[in-house]
Amino acid sequence: MSAPMPTKPMDPARRRFLQDTARGVAGCALAGAGLAYLVQDARAIPARAIRPPGALAEDDFLAACIRCGLCVRDCPYDTLVLAELGVDGAATGTPFFDARDIPCEMCEDIPCVVACPTGALDKGLTNIDDARMGTAVLIDQENCLNALGLRCDVCYRVCPLIDEAITLELSSNATSGGHHAIFMPTVHADKCTGCGKCEKSCVLPEESAIKVLPMRMASAQSAEHYRRGWEENNPLVDQIIDLPDRLPGPGTDNLVAPGGYEGGFKPTFQLPTGEVGQ
Amino acid sequence: MSDKTRLPVGYEAIRDKGWIMAHRFLLLRRTSQFFFLSLFLLGPWFGIWWVQGNLSGSLTFGILPLTDPFILLQGMAAGHWPEMTAILGALIVGVAYALIGGRVYCSWVCPINPVTDMAHWLHAKVGMPKGWQPKRGTKYFMLAMVLGVSALSGTIAWEVINPISMLHRGLIFGMGFAWAFVLGVFVFDFALARRGWCGHICPVGAFYGLLGAKSLLRVTAQKRAACDDCMDCFDVCPENQVITPALRGKDADTPLILSPDCTNCGRCIDVCSVDVFNFTHRFDDTPAPGRVRTRTKPAQKVDNAA
Repeated sequence: MSAPMPTKPMDPARRRFLQDTARGVAGCALAGAGLAYLVQDARAIPARAIRPPGALAEDDFLAACIRCGLCVRDCPYDTLVLAELGVDGAATGTPFFDARDIPCEMCEDIPCVVACPTGALDKGLTNIDDARMGTAVLIDQENCLNALGLRCDVCYRVCPLIDEAITLELSSNATSGGHHAIFMPTVHADKCTGCGKCEKSCVLPEESAIKVLPMRMASAQSAEHYRRGWEENNPLVDQIIDLPDRLPGPGTDNLVAPGGYEGGFKPTFQLPTGEVGQ
Repeated sequence: MSDKTRLPVGYEAIRDKGWIMAHRFLLLRRTSQFFFLSLFLLGPWFGIWWVQGNLSGSLTFGILPLTDPFILLQGMAAGHWPEMTAILGALIVGVAYALIGGRVYCSWVCPINPVTDMAHWLHAKVGMPKGWQPKRGTKYFMLAMVLGVSALSGTIAWEVINPISMLHRGLIFGMGFAWAFVLGVFVFDFALARRGWCGHICPVGAFYGLLGAKSLLRVTAQKRAACDDCMDCFDVCPENQVITPALRGKDADTPLILSPDCTNCGRCIDVCSVDVFNFTHRFDDTPAPGRVRTRTKPAQKVDNAA
């Protein structure tokens, strides 16, 4: 712009308006940055805080949950609590449970999901066995009694989906020279709802050897570039291809070729023959 | 200024109408605040579950859903479309406050109001300076900022701070360190900015103010001709800039207090010994002659008491 600056001063009202707006916007930007920091901070949810059944993924959950606590009120077992500021770690006022404290009893009518007015707990969850609050992980195999070769089995026995979500896998117990078996509690994440009854009932003092972890921590992404050729309908190559059969015969590297090594092949090294020096 | 200006606030009203009548809306308001808080506390404290939840969202008698429309709006800005129950609850709350005055929420329901009222009482008692007075538009910038941060962060942003839900939820579900936010508001109003939080900063109040901008229930300075300049209404009003246009209006000006900042608290009705103010509806067009000026040199400028 090459036009000369106007010498006439700006209309005071207009000037005032622009100044006020600029100040307001600047204040907003500062306050907004502070608020955004706090919001970001509130996203950090501790590993042992498990969301109720049907809870949306954490990012969506914080957009949907209005923190009214109606799920907490309708929980018949007082499992769910609202996070308290500076005490519980999860975003203030959002519902969670600590499985070691009180686990989810997996009510068939899922009252917490029914109570949620916003859909932060997804009404699409109608069968509690489909819930994925998290998944149990046998996290301390050095102190788990079953892993030591004893028969505790409590986590397995209390599992609402016994023999599906937790199975006991047998292996030979080297400690007793193979005379006994280890009955290893083994969690199957495709069935485990993350209710936490196993964590609650673990007989070890203080911490549990088996813990419910949020799915985002407990499960890795499968490696798409490795194909599981042994699974049905999952061939290593997409189309069935017919490779040419290798016919045995001279000129191939087939050591069992009929007719022995005659023809093109002689081993480069041969055992020495004759007398061995004394 | 008249000689009465120097008398203690409410002195003439108490003398002429009696203490009860000079405090009736204050008493009603405290009763209302206590009533709404007790409704929520009946369950957790006495096992009477008429109302479940908190001010963010509740269920009354197992049938009536209520949702805070401002929280739901932030959720929508954050990208979550809520289920019908929450939308219905927000509509009920929204329509109610749109009719009776949005900031009725602030003065008759909000649990932070007694906190800031107490801060103001102490502020006046100790004679603290007015302090920082953010512009009246600040709360609207805050409102826009909160919605912006909600949209950018994908969370209901104000609930990270909101002292209202911190206090209310804290009393019902467990406080943790949420009292620190309540104390913060108290200290802010007491020491840093007179009537600072509710009127200048709080985006919830700004939202409800806009919601009730065209509300039916209004305070009117119907008998403004009788005003004797005691200034008590300006002293008790938390948003006293709203009084001037109505009280000091000429014959043709409406005596209705139409500013969305007015919280319909009714304190001006209480402290007026000559009953200038009253509650009415916004279509009330009873003629209200302006005051006959007796002073030789009336103030030309609009009172800037805010």
